Amino acid sequence: MVELTKEDIEKKRKHRVIKNRLMNNAIYIVLFVLIVIITLVDPTFLSINNFKFIFTQASTRMILALGVSGIIVLAGCDLAIGRFVGLSAVVSASMMQALDNPNIIFPGLDLPVFIPILLVVLLCGLISMIDGIIVTKLSVTAFIATLGMSMILYGATSTYYEKVCGAAPIGSLRTSFTSFAQGDFFGVPNLIIYATIIIAIMWFIWNKTRLGRNLFAIGNNVEAAKVSGVNITKTIIIIYLIAGFLYGFAGALEVGRTGSATNNMGNGYELDAIAACVVGGVSLMGGVGNIFGIVVGVIIFQVINYGLVYISVSPYLLYIIKGAIVILAVAIDAQKYVTRK
Amino acid sequence: MIYLIGDKLIMDNNPVLLHVEKVSKAFPGVQALDKVNLTVQKGSVHALVGENGAGKSTLMKCIFGIYHADEGLMELEGNPVNFTDPKQALDHGITMVHQELNQVSRLRVMDNIWLGRFPMKNGIVIDEKKVLEDTKKIFKDLEININPLLKVEKLSVSDRQMIEIAKASSYNAKIIVMDEPTSSLSEKEVAHLFKVIRKLKEKGCGIIYISHKLEEIFSIADEVSVMRDGKMISTKNIEDINIDNVITLMVGRKLDNRFPKKTNTPGDVLLEIKNMALVYSPLVKDISFTLRKGEILGISGLEGSMRTQIVEGIFGYRTRESGKIFVNGKECRNNSPETSIKNKFALLTEERKNNGIFPGMSVKDNISISNLEKYCKLGVINDEKVNKDVSQVIKSLNVKTPSDKVMIRNLSGGNQQKVIFGRWMLTSPDILLLDEPTRGIDVGAKYEIYQLIIELANEGKGIIMISSEMPELLGVSNRILVMSNGQIAGIVNTEETNQEEILRLAAKYL
Repeated sequence: MVELTKEDIEKKRKHRVIKNRLMNNAIYIVLFVLIVIITLVDPTFLSINNFKFIFTQASTRMILALGVSGIIVLAGCDLAIGRFVGLSAVVSASMMQALDNPNIIFPGLDLPVFIPILLVVLLCGLISMIDGIIVTKLSVTAFIATLGMSMILYGATSTYYEKVCGAAPIGSLRTSFTSFAQGDFFGVPNLIIYATIIIAIMWFIWNKTRLGRNLFAIGNNVEAAKVSGVNITKTIIIIYLIAGFLYGFAGALEVGRTGSATNNMGNGYELDAIAACVVGGVSLMGGVGNIFGIVVGVIIFQVINYGLVYISVSPYLLYIIKGAIVILAVAIDAQKYVTRK
Repeated sequence: MIYLIGDKLIMDNNPVLLHVEKVSKAFPGVQALDKVNLTVQKGSVHALVGENGAGKSTLMKCIFGIYHADEGLMELEGNPVNFTDPKQALDHGITMVHQELNQVSRLRVMDNIWLGRFPMKNGIVIDEKKVLEDTKKIFKDLEININPLLKVEKLSVSDRQMIEIAKASSYNAKIIVMDEPTSSLSEKEVAHLFKVIRKLKEKGCGIIYISHKLEEIFSIADEVSVMRDGKMISTKNIEDINIDNVITLMVGRKLDNRFPKKTNTPGDVLLEIKNMALVYSPLVKDISFTLRKGEILGISGLEGSMRTQIVEGIFGYRTRESGKIFVNGKECRNNSPETSIKNKFALLTEERKNNGIFPGMSVKDNISISNLEKYCKLGVINDEKVNKDVSQVIKSLNVKTPSDKVMIRNLSGGNQQKVIFGRWMLTSPDILLLDEPTRGIDVGAKYEIYQLIIELANEGKGIIMISSEMPELLGVSNRILVMSNGQIAGIVNTEETNQEEILRLAAKYL
């Protein structure tokens, strides 16, 4: 019965624009709302120290999330992240015990701190690269390749832990190693500095290099990428390699931060990393994502972890909230890609 | 919510089946439909033409309930209707055969036809017997000869199209909308399609026929409506209008000629293919031919004649079993698209969506992707160089886009095609392999693409152009290579040949 007037149409259009804008910035809004709620409950939350804690704790997770993000852009996923962390932690810790420790695993092994770190970074890079080769050359899906790799890694790490390290937590680490992770630079925690540098490097790779462009091309349309002359195999393998580097580095930082390592270290980290990417707008369908989204995604999780505990929310409730936010974030994100009609 | 009212009737010998009045639809930034009227008569074919973006598809989607019109009225057989979703439209006998076939290829033919509304036995199991019988009956009515028990994936594109039409008609369709039904059919298959359309007409269906192929329209339509920029420009009986009038109405200006003048002159031999065969398309064998500098070599052939496979084989996108490729007398190993691009080849693929565009990437990224090596130092892209080249491509190819940062999926088909052309301009190839370069593109943009192809030939590049449109091949190419069932049936001079000879050659090895 009604013919819409020009004003009505204009009004509808404006609503749509506002709705779109809200959708596009949903994760920032979620973060903001979280902080507001926590602050309302306990105004002392808004302090520099608290945010320093949050960012410090977020650092290793940030590095892991940035590592896996490239693989997710390729429409893959990596279920071995936690086991990479465990491997890296155990191997680097075993080589960096204090020399005066009577139970030292390698007596007299006196390496400068960068050697074991470099070693685990390369080791994890290499292993992740093998995942990349399995995915490209053997056409195994990333899900299966990395699931298998996670089991293999856990077995290998545990064997090393049992046979070489005596199946006891590797502690009493050298101060050069712990301060590499725990130290600060003019008051800024080292962890935050490392994470920031890696954010910058990854942003550069994604936005300014051919590798980044090719990564998104493959994630968007593999066949078109082939025709366009993109070297699919090489690109994918390099992305896995970079992911492995970051897992290895994060593992070394994690053990330096906590001060001891066991073979179970890192268990379950993969899901946190993937969830943070997804909340940050990286589509599991591939081809979509940006670095700042991932950064915010990681921070949201850390704000929940830290901030909600700060206002004494039960840790079990935390899981419920985290789970709901993952689903909510993806639901909002999905709205952007459903065909508008 | 908009309600449709009105008791308007247009009296004619033919009763009015569908009447749409003053339908408008706006999208952010565009008025896609502006007070459009359309009347479809019973038992007639109503052609709807217009350039890409003229609003044809939007209009159909409004009729079909996929989009909601901002305003307007719609009447079906004199009764006002307003569909809020396609299901309601289907229930009222309005069906649509989409340009892109949405079929479940792993299911059988008959399953696809009755999907979502299987006749049930005892309300639990599907009544397979009835499904089969009903399918056979529809096929018989329409003289379609396909085994209902085959899986759809085993069928050719044209057979799949027939299934869609059979499905449409199975809804006791009053109106069938066909969106570019012939875009992937060979001439023979088009003839069969037309036979089926005439059957449907006899049954009293009204058919809305959307096509860019104007010759076709004049052989099947009773009425033709022309749209431009969201407005209905004109509706005429087919006897009262000719192709040139239609084109003029479509583009809003006079196009004197559908094809630019061929100014290129073939020179020395540029490319030689010797005895090429493909590993995974064993029908392709003994492919040998030459291409000269500045020559446009058309490739013709029926659907399934392996035209696409040949250019993809040359480009290294498909694995060659044997055969050699010589460029300027020197052997070239095009083992992968990557090396082929280095060897100055370019391949414009047939299926833009499948292997042409990167839908979620910007126009800029889509243009520059194949040429990144030239913009890179140690893997880092020099944005300034990219921007310069991209803006030049956009300007010289007249790509209509608000900015180079817009995602390519928001562009019309013709503009997407120009973007991909632009991608290959930047790699400055010597040999361009163009697979259906004007597929799904409107007349105006087609002309621009022909012009571009001829310009490139003028610059001394060698061009191989596959096309299903005979007038296009005859209008643009210097020679035409005709494929038949994976083999070369003959190479003819365009000047000395005609449609009949080409069709005869195309059937040589069938």
